[in-house]
Amino acid sequence: MSTPERTGTIRDAINEALHEEMARDERIFIMGEDIGVAGGVFKVTAGLREAFGEERVRDTPIAEAGIVGLAVGAAMTGMRPVVEIMFNDFTTLASDQLVNQAAKLRYMTAGQTKIPMVIRTAMGAGRRAAAQHSQSLQAWYCHIPGLKVVMPSTPADAKGLLKSAIRDDNPVIFMEDKMMYAQKGEIPDGDYTTPLGQARIHRQGDEATVICTSSMLYPVLEAADILAAEGISIEVIDPRTLSPLDEETLVNSVLKTGHALVVDEGYQSFGVTAEIAARLQEKAFDYLDEPIRRLGAADVPVPFAPSLEDLTIPSAERIVEIVREMRA
Amino acid sequence: MKQLEELSAPSVVGQEEQELPLDLLLDMYRRMVTIRRFENTTYDVYSRGIMPGLAHLYTGMEAVAVGVCITLHKQDNITSTHRGHGHLLAKGGDPKRMFAELLGKEAGYNRGKGGSMHIVDMSLGILGANGIVAGGLGIATGAGLSAKLMKEERISVAFFGDGALNEGLFYEAANMASLWKLPVVYIMENNSYGEYTPPSKATAGSGPARAEAMGIPSKSVDGNDVLAVYQAAVWATERARSDSGPSFVECKTYRWRGHHMGDQGDTYGYRSQEEIESWMTKCPIDRFRSYLLEKGPVEEITLHEIDRQVEQVIDAAVEFAKQAPYPDPSEVFEHVYA
Repeated sequence: MSTPERTGTIRDAINEALHEEMARDERIFIMGEDIGVAGGVFKVTAGLREAFGEERVRDTPIAEAGIVGLAVGAAMTGMRPVVEIMFNDFTTLASDQLVNQAAKLRYMTAGQTKIPMVIRTAMGAGRRAAAQHSQSLQAWYCHIPGLKVVMPSTPADAKGLLKSAIRDDNPVIFMEDKMMYAQKGEIPDGDYTTPLGQARIHRQGDEATVICTSSMLYPVLEAADILAAEGISIEVIDPRTLSPLDEETLVNSVLKTGHALVVDEGYQSFGVTAEIAARLQEKAFDYLDEPIRRLGAADVPVPFAPSLEDLTIPSAERIVEIVREMRA
Repeated sequence: MKQLEELSAPSVVGQEEQELPLDLLLDMYRRMVTIRRFENTTYDVYSRGIMPGLAHLYTGMEAVAVGVCITLHKQDNITSTHRGHGHLLAKGGDPKRMFAELLGKEAGYNRGKGGSMHIVDMSLGILGANGIVAGGLGIATGAGLSAKLMKEERISVAFFGDGALNEGLFYEAANMASLWKLPVVYIMENNSYGEYTPPSKATAGSGPARAEAMGIPSKSVDGNDVLAVYQAAVWATERARSDSGPSFVECKTYRWRGHHMGDQGDTYGYRSQEEIESWMTKCPIDRFRSYLLEKGPVEEITLHEIDRQVEQVIDAAVEFAKQAPYPDPSEVFEHVYA
């Protein structure tokens, strides 16, 4: 029997995962700023309040530290909160609760407690929102043991990964690129889950490996088409979760291709691209034909003017250029 | 030895409190003496170089933790502070496992991974001491939210200091507790210093006024009078249990020892020996002891017997901890994730 599949957006996929999980487990509740009556600024939670009521779909004051703090306490005492922090930039206001409380309580208490909690947050530049509504801070949270960091790039992965994140007994930062909410794709029906820590190979290739996270998949696929026309075959891999990281799939690809480029929308300095590149060279140094290349966001606060902002985000053109340089 | 007549009588001497059962009063006394003995022993162990790191002692503040926790049930939650030994003991924490944790031993509550500032006992509803000032306020309030959502008959108490009153998290959490009528009690321990700075130089206005501004009823009591704390705690916890929302109680008290172990005498020059000694004459334990002997049907020998039993328990606990093994090195990578 084939699984029926429908087409929908990432927004639809996340909304569906929330509906299904809340119907499955009444310990799950969601809270955040304007997620109830208004359905969220990006309308991701539309209809949930009507379906599950205002107790379980809870509009909060604008108080990120308090929201996350309450979620930690609720998670310790039997609930499974799913929190929306409207913009990734605003998670910095909840840093103590994420970094010092949620991430550490299990370890510090030698396993006496667990924090089954998901923080959904909208990241990424490109929306002309300037420097305080455009950041991609995944590297901050990957740096902290005890947190998991998930970054879907397709509707199917958004649904499958969110369901897994909600069922996970650890605090999970679920990063949604705000430019991808309308991205369409297949949404598998029913109880579809994607395991955390499992990369997805989007395109097979044998001349270079391009590892890309979240919305960076799309410029990379565009670049792959351009390069294919030039006779260069690249393998495109989305790790899907950064913590835990499916190192094996990434390394195996590089053992095959001998060339690697890592693309992520976080800042390039001290970022996700740096960590993945370091791990690849530790495991695959002898198989590399040249240094691993990296492409992250430009190391500047995200500017407002479109003519400036576009220069800071990794583009298909730049990816093509780098791969050509690598193959030259 | 201090003269009992120098001590002022407990401020609340009325019909209600005279009806308190003797076993409750003796339980209060036992818990207070347990905390005092535990902290004195901790100081001793630290001074002899047996304890790694340091600790923040609760000496002189015993009436607050005991007056509140004696009103709580086992399933009720508390969050504590960096100065947490008193709250844990008052809520029923096991001195053996606490000392073992202080010494970094495997038999400790947290298998040596937390130390003094991070002890948790989920079976007693103790959601943890906390190394971040105000760090427990979100957790306690969230536990109140979960009790409400799960329709469970448990309430949540957040202990925090006068210093935490100036952290933003208090306002974010307490505001939601008030909006949503959560079963939470905020106990502000005003022990006269946030580290080395008195509230007069740190806090504009007052804790109770700030709570009232958020629609949270408040009281301010003598935190060295266990019966006054108890009465305020009964008021606050009954409000929480009857779905009337959060309450706020300021308990005015004094920290005999320094902020931490390294803060002794004039090290930091922020308070005088005379000030410390004047507060020691207001010792909450001496004061309650004298009250029990004068007002209650308690023989001195009964209190001596409790003192002796507590000494045995604490001495055995610290001995147990000293003998206990350190955790196996393999444990360093355990418990990062569930």
